[in-house]
Amino acid sequence: MAEITGLAEAVSGLVRDGMSLALEGFTHLIPHAAGHEIIRQGRRDLTVVRMTPDLVYDQLIGMGCVRRLVFSWGGNPGVGSLHRFRDAVENGWPHPLELEERSHADLANAYVAGASGLPFAVLRGYRGSDLPKYGDHIRFLRCPFTGEELAAVRSVRPDVAIIHAQKADRRGNVLLWGIVGAQKEAVLAARHSIVTVEEIVDDLGAWPNACLLPHWVVTAVCPVPGGAHPSYAQGYYRRDNRFYRAWDAISRDRERFRAWMEEHVLGTEDFAGYLRSAGLALPPESDR
Amino acid sequence: MSADFTAAEMMAVAAARLLPDGAVCFVGIGLPGTAANLARITHAPALVLIYESGPIGAKPGVLPLSIGDGELSLTADTVVPTPEIFRYWLQGGRIDIGFLGAAQIDRFANINTTVIGDYRRPKVRLPGAGGAPEIAAMAGRTLITLRHARRAFVERLDFVTTVGFLEGGDARRRLGLPGAGPTHVVTDLCILEPDPDTKELVVTSIHPGVSRERICEATGWPVRFAPAPAITAPPTAEELEALRDLERRTARAHGDNGGGNA
Repeated sequence: MAEITGLAEAVSGLVRDGMSLALEGFTHLIPHAAGHEIIRQGRRDLTVVRMTPDLVYDQLIGMGCVRRLVFSWGGNPGVGSLHRFRDAVENGWPHPLELEERSHADLANAYVAGASGLPFAVLRGYRGSDLPKYGDHIRFLRCPFTGEELAAVRSVRPDVAIIHAQKADRRGNVLLWGIVGAQKEAVLAARHSIVTVEEIVDDLGAWPNACLLPHWVVTAVCPVPGGAHPSYAQGYYRRDNRFYRAWDAISRDRERFRAWMEEHVLGTEDFAGYLRSAGLALPPESDR
Repeated sequence: MSADFTAAEMMAVAAARLLPDGAVCFVGIGLPGTAANLARITHAPALVLIYESGPIGAKPGVLPLSIGDGELSLTADTVVPTPEIFRYWLQGGRIDIGFLGAAQIDRFANINTTVIGDYRRPKVRLPGAGGAPEIAAMAGRTLITLRHARRAFVERLDFVTTVGFLEGGDARRRLGLPGAGPTHVVTDLCILEPDPDTKELVVTSIHPGVSRERICEATGWPVRFAPAPAITAPPTAEELEALRDLERRTARAHGDNGGGNA
């Protein structure tokens, strides 16, 4: 049953050192505020799962929260590298990062298998690729009906899934729309979930099949307006492409990165304080 | 003929021309987005663009910086969950053309987007596979576009992320991949196509003003040329205007020096 609560309380109540987390979102609705709260609370040794790790995972890795990354594409889209991710892999800073590397089709299927209560997913994939040589999460098996060789990939079942959505109602039913990525699958694959939302409303005012998650599969709902910045929340604000570009310079250098994170994330109480401190605003949708 | 165009513009135009009207195209991250949308606003208005984040039939007015920008979902015929894109639409066999970029490519059009150097201790950690391995396996055929440079066109890949023709010949067919594989590699210097038998990439069309020497210098293996390679038709005024207009709108929308996926 969803509890409507503050983000700091939800994170301190559900996220422990050593857990596996999935902060999902595909360009849209990325739960940045929740990532910051995990950094503020100093969680360590986390396994973090995401199809498209971007800035918030770069920050978690650079701040030393992450032991293992399960992923399929790690970059700053349209800009370049994730420098903290690269520094961890290439130089072991701030400490070595274990990788469990997959393709998008694999990880998407692995979430579906996790949500379906299955130990693995089957897909037509990876044939000829070097990826199955690294890690034991990709195997091949024969179809018992046709004899075709197919990839079997271990399902993903995080301890906690964390997503951002446009709205929840007062019971905690969650509405999200636009690009919905693998968020529903991640939440249903996880034991617990935290959903940050732009707003809590009396009535979602949506078609029944638009309500992505009924309240009783969500553990905590936390109102955090702007909580997806610098990604976007359709209907609320645009993607802050300027910040994605600015991040390249902020994150390139270890000292500058640490100082920036200490000042704006560790040095603030919450996401609203962070946005003020870093001088960031939510780009309005009309501003095109 | 007007020489008043850049190599990057020639590359986008040459790639766009290879997308037939009405085809269903899975658009990979990076350079393909520019060419796919140029095709859609010029000769191929019925081209269906599918992005891995979920939009199907996207008709963006400006190029997205990322592959899941709001512009894609607001202009799409429908938006489906990402797992559905890979399960029902790609694996289900509904894609005619997979359109990919690459960090490194070899003579048999295999692609590396994973690491430069050793996997466990890489010199450069690249973003990783994304959707490419299964797009290249499942799409009816594949187009690849990337800038032509010696560090990109390499004798030997450090890592095979995505299969083109493996070691050539009938290796891909023996592997049993459903799609036919790469049909063209479009660069800022030329167009390469696999030899029908050996599957080695052969230069079949040279962009105007580009010398054979330059292509050889920018290729990390002794690249072969077709007996009589074509000269790529230069961009028409209409193609150039459409591309520049798209890039102007994109730069304005992104609020600075944006170049879409550049």
